Amino acid sequence: MDLNVINDAEIPKAESGCSSSGCGGTDDQLSHLPQDIQDKVHNHPCYSEDAHHYFARMHVAVAPACNIQCHYCNRKYDCANESRPGVVSELLTPDQAVMKTKAVAANIPQMTVLGIAGPGDPLANPERTFETFRRLSAEAPDIKLCVSTNGLSLPDCVEELSKHNIDHVTITINTLDPEIGAKIYPWVFWNNRRIRGKKGAKILIEQQQKGLEMLVAKGILVKVNSVMIPGVNDQHLKEVSKVVKQKGAFLHNVMPLISEEEHGTFYGVMGQRGPSAEELQDLQDECAGDMNMMRHCRQCRADAVGLLGEDRGEEFTLDKIEEMDIDYDKAMKMRAVVHEGIEQELAEKKAKKARLAGVTVSQPEVATRPVLMAVATSGQGMINQHFGHATEFLVYEASSSGIRFISHRKVDQYCIGNDTCGEKESALSGSIRALEGCEVVLCSKIGFEPWEQLEEAGIQPNGEHAMEEIEEAIQAVYQEMIEAGTALVQETEASQATA
Amino acid sequence: MSLSIVESCVNCWACVDVCPNDAIYQASPHFMINPKKCTECEGEFADAQCASICPIEEAILDAANEPLNPLGSLTGIPPEKMAEAMTEIQGR
Repeated sequence: MDLNVINDAEIPKAESGCSSSGCGGTDDQLSHLPQDIQDKVHNHPCYSEDAHHYFARMHVAVAPACNIQCHYCNRKYDCANESRPGVVSELLTPDQAVMKTKAVAANIPQMTVLGIAGPGDPLANPERTFETFRRLSAEAPDIKLCVSTNGLSLPDCVEELSKHNIDHVTITINTLDPEIGAKIYPWVFWNNRRIRGKKGAKILIEQQQKGLEMLVAKGILVKVNSVMIPGVNDQHLKEVSKVVKQKGAFLHNVMPLISEEEHGTFYGVMGQRGPSAEELQDLQDECAGDMNMMRHCRQCRADAVGLLGEDRGEEFTLDKIEEMDIDYDKAMKMRAVVHEGIEQELAEKKAKKARLAGVTVSQPEVATRPVLMAVATSGQGMINQHFGHATEFLVYEASSSGIRFISHRKVDQYCIGNDTCGEKESALSGSIRALEGCEVVLCSKIGFEPWEQLEEAGIQPNGEHAMEEIEEAIQAVYQEMIEAGTALVQETEASQATA
Repeated sequence: MSLSIVESCVNCWACVDVCPNDAIYQASPHFMINPKKCTECEGEFADAQCASICPIEEAILDAANEPLNPLGSLTGIPPEKMAEAMTEIQGR
């Protein structure tokens, strides 16, 4: 079989000139895709780990209704303090959505992508969704449009989707097996009936697969999202990955189940657990043999605005955008200049990486073991954030085959709220918990107290690489660890425990 | 004869789009059914459309004020089997 295996240093080097992954030329993600697909996604923050440091996205919440029930979703979605899919603060009419999109595009020129992702299912709200797309295609042609769906209505919508400026569709496919589906979807609304259990799940699965095939036939890029639910579909997702790849999906995004009890979802209330960071990573690695995996998804709100991991929605509430007077033609010219600047910067970075990749790093004779390191960054691929300011950490794995991006870990997971969300643990212990499994954390600066506590937790803080490129710094730290003997295979539990 | 929506409604719009009689309208604090327009879908569909897509148990009542989607009917777990289901799910 002709499969791309991550960490196979030869494939990415040949094509992207990048020996490492994660930020920049993500070899396990995009760089070995055909050029026409790369051209389509290179400035899409959700599809390219590289692009997401530079380009921003937004969601407009025009699609409240849904035609199925998922056990991880609570249809009461208006919490301002939560950051997760399906949550929004205010619903918009298509008219308001167009106004908001233009306002954001003019004020955040890095915004390249407009998505409709709910809070219900966009294709279960065809009039509101397509009216928004129709108008934006005509009035803001420099914005890419995308949509995500549960797939139930997808086959009926493919024709209409292909008429707009939409070249990406995301389908959430959690299973191919009605038996498993019945544990995730209690019912679907189909042909004017509520269909429950296995029968409903079977209809949904068939529609998803049919929709996927139809989109691929139309040349529309398809990404597949899957929610990893331990004990339900976790093992099965490897099969899902294989099948959707065969059918032509270009990217698979396996996300962890979010099931906090206070979110009021069925799974949350019933005590269904989500996967650990390690379980998620293992599954992503297992699927990666068959499929391009996406690892930087931030599972954002259905009305998120800004760079991934940030949300500037507050700046663009309806009352605020009504006061903005946007001349979109003028904005479009300014946006083109900004985009060109970013493209240039990215090209320079890529060239620099190619040069670095040409430099052979001396591989020691000794056997090294992989080490997980966390990074506090506010973007641009640099170590440029104070430990105490980090709301998330990027986790990288350093090993003899190079550096690869593994995941991001949120500090205040899924709730950025205040005292209203119940007793909050201290931010510091939250950070330390988020860093579980990591041996080093790189940041621009760090205070004395967290330094001590991190050391106690067996995580070495490191502020020596402030303002350096992430991957170079990790490589340097890994090299030091090898030289110090702390990253060697024979040095096992004993040394880690005292580290 | 008319169905009605009560306060547990979460304003998700799903019912508005499927009502064949345009009987449902946005109101505060939740959507309402115009009793003059509602036919309970009789003669039109086998099941009342709003109640067939509503995601919230007990949010839509029939003319006798009985919920069309009683407790447990949408999760698929009747109240008496709740504890058992929880144990199974928490074992995953």
